[in-house]
Amino acid sequence: MHSLLQAATAAQTATSHPLDGTAARWLWLVPLLPLLGFVINGLLSIVAAYQAGPADPSAAHSEESHAGHGEGHDDAGKHEHHEIPRHRYAGLTSIVGPGVLVLAFILAVLIFVAMRGAGGGGMEHPFVQRYFSWMPVGDLQIDAAFQLDQLSMLMVLVVTGVGMLIHVFSVGYMRDDPGYPRYFAYLNLFVFFMLLLVLGANYPLMFIGWEGVGLCSYLLIGFWFSEKANADAGKKAFIVNRIGDFGFLIAMFLLFANIGTLDFRGVTEGASALAVGGPVVTAICLFLFLGCAGKSAQIPLYIWLPDAMAGPTPVSALIHAATMVTAGVFLIARSSMLFSLAPVAELVVVLIGALTAVFAASIGLKQWDIKKVLAYSTVSQLGYMFVGVGSGAYVAGMFHLATHAFFKALLFLGSGSVIYAMHAAYHHTGNHDDAQDMRNMGGLRQYMPVTFVLMWIATLAIAGIPPLAGFFSKDEILGSLFARAQGSTIAQAHLFGIPGTVWLYIAWVFALSAALMTAVYMTRMMLYTFHGPNRTGEAERSYLKEAPWVMTGPLVVLAALTIGGGWLNLPEFAPLGVVGGLEHWLEPVVGEYTKRVIGGAAPVSPGLELGLVALAVVIAAAGIAIAVARLDPKMLVPKSRSPQEEGFEKVLVNKYYVDEIYDEAIVKPVVGVSRQLLWRGIDVGVIDSLMVRGSAYLAQLTGFIGSQFQSGRLGTYAWVLTLGVLAVLGAFTIR
Amino acid sequence: MLLPAQQPAIPMAHGTLPLLYTFHFYLFGLIAIVSALLFVTRKSPVAAALWLVNTMFCLAALYVLLDAQFIGAIQVIVYAGAIMVVFLFVIMLLNLGQSPPADIRGIWWKIAAGAVGLAIIAQIFAMTRSKTPATLTLPAGFAANQVATTGAVAPIAGPLFNDYLLAFEITSILLLAAIVGAVVVGRQRGEDLAR
Amino acid sequence: MLAEALFFSAVLFVIGVFGVLIRRNAIIVFMCVELMLNAVNLTFVAFAQEYGAAGQVFVFFVMTVAAAEAAVGLAIIIGLFRHRPTVDLKNINVLKG
Repeated sequence: MHSLLQAATAAQTATSHPLDGTAARWLWLVPLLPLLGFVINGLLSIVAAYQAGPADPSAAHSEESHAGHGEGHDDAGKHEHHEIPRHRYAGLTSIVGPGVLVLAFILAVLIFVAMRGAGGGGMEHPFVQRYFSWMPVGDLQIDAAFQLDQLSMLMVLVVTGVGMLIHVFSVGYMRDDPGYPRYFAYLNLFVFFMLLLVLGANYPLMFIGWEGVGLCSYLLIGFWFSEKANADAGKKAFIVNRIGDFGFLIAMFLLFANIGTLDFRGVTEGASALAVGGPVVTAICLFLFLGCAGKSAQIPLYIWLPDAMAGPTPVSALIHAATMVTAGVFLIARSSMLFSLAPVAELVVVLIGALTAVFAASIGLKQWDIKKVLAYSTVSQLGYMFVGVGSGAYVAGMFHLATHAFFKALLFLGSGSVIYAMHAAYHHTGNHDDAQDMRNMGGLRQYMPVTFVLMWIATLAIAGIPPLAGFFSKDEILGSLFARAQGSTIAQAHLFGIPGTVWLYIAWVFALSAALMTAVYMTRMMLYTFHGPNRTGEAERSYLKEAPWVMTGPLVVLAALTIGGGWLNLPEFAPLGVVGGLEHWLEPVVGEYTKRVIGGAAPVSPGLELGLVALAVVIAAAGIAIAVARLDPKMLVPKSRSPQEEGFEKVLVNKYYVDEIYDEAIVKPVVGVSRQLLWRGIDVGVIDSLMVRGSAYLAQLTGFIGSQFQSGRLGTYAWVLTLGVLAVLGAFTIR
Repeated sequence: MLLPAQQPAIPMAHGTLPLLYTFHFYLFGLIAIVSALLFVTRKSPVAAALWLVNTMFCLAALYVLLDAQFIGAIQVIVYAGAIMVVFLFVIMLLNLGQSPPADIRGIWWKIAAGAVGLAIIAQIFAMTRSKTPATLTLPAGFAANQVATTGAVAPIAGPLFNDYLLAFEITSILLLAAIVGAVVVGRQRGEDLAR
Repeated sequence: MLAEALFFSAVLFVIGVFGVLIRRNAIIVFMCVELMLNAVNLTFVAFAQEYGAAGQVFVFFVMTVAAAEAAVGLAIIIGLFRHRPTVDLKNINVLKG
């Protein structure tokens, strides 16, 4: 059976592909360009460190000047008033870092154009470029190969496009940071790994990208590692990610054990042999989802994402909004041939996604740090994406992934501009307050008008107000979820005895609640930051101003994408352009599996559909209205004088004490067992004492016993001799 | 002087007078054993040495009776006459002759040693059950005939200087080493003279 | 005669072993060793009667080596006596290790 699969796969590579000979043959260059950027920037960083000699006190100083604050901050200036000298190689880095991304994006666009031209109506088969045989092990053949199909092309464009904009933004944001080339090296490395992830033609290669982006996330979150909190956040992110990686690995093992191959085309063919809804495919999908829960911050492994805000804000934008965290969604879309066979697993995905959406949104209602609000918003929106792909609406999930990348990046970069301005102001006056806390902001719209407008565009988009991008993508997910609840293979499945239909309706209610709360907390954020009176302080106010154009420029581009993003996949009731563009685009990859999940159920009637859409819009508007009505920015006081929260508000501010619960329930026992049992007990007690010192003692003892035989007394020697003779003679006689 | 080949054949004792021969064999054997027993049980080293000399004399007699006359002579000259004399010299030198301290170990030692000894004897006799291949056995009386025809020395001298020449030479070097060693080890050191 | 000679030889050898184990005087022990050598010589000579002169040649060598060994051994004992005026084996245990 395995050899049959291999033969089939081999046959497929042998046939020609419409993309042969087009720009697609430079596919390998797309990830290689950022890798080259990493190498160059890394060398620049190392060479500069060499030339600078031992640790530069001024480099440490800029970290220590913020030592009083809990989370890491963006370093836009020093404590004193004089200008920090820019990094020695800042100029070269500013060209190489974003430059490779620009080149990669251009190449990606060219390949995209080739794809549109070659496929005609739609490219039926993926274009696989095989470079070399990576791991031929017995029956298993894993190649280093890239798979270019409509799904990976979408991701490549998102990653390189949004990545390019964020790189440009970073040129302004990280301008005075002493680790400037190191930052771009890590950022380029991240893009390289992300591209490996999306382009990989088999699970192991994807896993390399998966782990690589986890590594870069760790490096970038802990970028200002001289402050312990930042390093801790980086460690937390990596370790929690690893728990998910374990799930991914188990899923790969199960795949190999049951199908015999790990590349996507082979699994697609082999999946048909698995029992539908059987334990094998359900187990595979659940373990894959465990990986997604780790990487894409779903319950119970979302805890690292809010802490990850300790990294520089562009990092949060790129990694923790647009790309890395969406890898989980991409994985499920990629594995749609497996998930569509396991309705129970899909039900679990939908439920956890919806639960996460509502849970995170509720926490976001009461956060004061502007980045934390966005972090929980990201977790919540990721929940939405999982609801989408979990319910078999892979197109809807990917659509939301793309639009979310646009407006969440815009939100993060906008907040980055705000924080940049706040920092600059604080440094000019030597203030040590928290530059990220909304209670210290307020009324910024007069000082940063462009940012103000752009962020409102993004806020309306995320709330789901038409005709911005968020409305279309969110609405499609809600609609798909409702339709599945009415009838689908998921609805027919059962979880803990309760029919899927019930679960799906519950999930739908959760999703709507999350939408409401999203509108509320986002409006709250805007009100407290940009509206109302300014609470920053008399002296600082004069220094607040708009960020330079190198930072605001990408914001404008993202805003344009946010406005126009909806046109990617217009629904039928709003034929303002090409209807269902993305759906047609992704049809060859996931269309069949979506149909499988729908299972022949009748589509929702247009009237009902329009009603649902209206409901979503009403909810969004209501959320904004509630926020405007109930929240008065004039009631706020700066953080240093703010009262402590009470009651349920306190629970929300403290994020339901989840971190503390994990600490008590999991971390402390594990550390305790490790310390007492594994370290003191086994390592010191058994291995060190028993085995190492014990064997030494044994050798000593043996030597001592041996030495006792040398008594020096001839009489004894004679006796032993004689007895020996007796023994030898005895051997002869007895024989 | 006649060459051995020309000498008349001398009748051997065990050819013409077997009974007398056997009697003497047993006589000397028993005396040897008794002397040996007395030798190990004497308190005085001089007495012990002299009993050992007696044992050696009896062994020499046994050698002669076994058609190894040359060896018998050598036994008397070298062993009893030289080696035992050296022993006696040393005993005298160290003044061990008079009132020797009791140096025989206790009764339990004797019993244990006796048991070990009996065990060894038993094992030796168990091993005598094995048979040697017939091809090695010489015809009866061969040694006696050899001695009769060529004399007592020739049967040894022949192999010694032909087949075993290398061993012979090495033994001579061994003797040299022994002489040097004995002189070096035994010579008086300066501080001992001062005492 | 072979069997009788072998018997005598075995008994003499065992008496020599007995003496080595029993006695504490170094010189007497030495002489017991000589006795053992003699017993072995008797064995060789007895076999020489049966199987050829090689046995006697061997006896020749044994005697030579015994002589050499006696000379050196006695020199050692004399040296020991000079070091400590005793030849009692009980007191000679400097090689203890």
